Amino acid sequence: MKGGFMEMRTRKENNAAVVSLAGKMDATTAPEYEKGLVQLIAAGELRLVVDFQGVEYISSAGLRSILATAKILKGKAGRILFANVRGTVREVFDISGFDSIFKLYESVDAALVEMG
Amino acid sequence: MLHLSRWADTVAELGRLRIEATLENLEVAVEFVQRHADRFGLGAKKWVGLALTFEEAFVNICHYAYPGGGGEVELACGAEGDAFVVELADEGVAFDVAAVPAPDTTADIMDRPPGGLGILFIRRFSDEMRYRRDEGRNILHIIMRKDCGVDG
Repeated sequence: MKGGFMEMRTRKENNAAVVSLAGKMDATTAPEYEKGLVQLIAAGELRLVVDFQGVEYISSAGLRSILATAKILKGKAGRILFANVRGTVREVFDISGFDSIFKLYESVDAALVEMG
Repeated sequence: MLHLSRWADTVAELGRLRIEATLENLEVAVEFVQRHADRFGLGAKKWVGLALTFEEAFVNICHYAYPGGGGEVELACGAEGDAFVVELADEGVAFDVAAVPAPDTTADIMDRPPGGLGILFIRRFSDEMRYRRDEGRNILHIIMRKDCGVDG
């Protein structure tokens, strides 16, 4: 596990922006996620799918940045769905109760279908 | 500078690192602990639990130990039988993270205080935490036990 590294890529689909993450979401990289999403939201992207396929670690700082951006989206009547949350990252989501407040999908395609 | 640590006689020290208590040093700190955890033979699943707990403890020190400005944190790894022990020692404001009440996990997560998750992680992912205040120092031990048989 490489420390302190996170990669973030965004692509546009018909009905949403897909943000693909890779690496670690820790106290040093989580602000990058928050900043990236705030920029997307400011640019008018209110329908987001976040792909966790390449994420190997998430700490409470990562969860807090997810929560912070979700709150901003909620205030703008936006929507955020999460895909490919697996393994220990899924475990962290579940323990924190995130599995009950966010929609988690098995694939980006499934999330895009749900987005409608 | 004297070492902050005074291990119990039963602990064999594996390594020690003294660095500025800043978020920029999180990566260096995690790599230090991981190197010794690997050498000790801590399983992959236990390592994730330790990484989560350690990050909380380290970040807490960075944020709260030295309100007046910079300070240092001394990290040490030790082995005590089948237990891997990580020590974080600082000379900052007294704070026993192990004594903070567990958060109310039944509250709506959108309304929970932001610090609660970290405390939950420490409780949930460490096998044991020990804290003592010793001559103006916070000394926190995170203890992870090597489980036998499975990838614990």
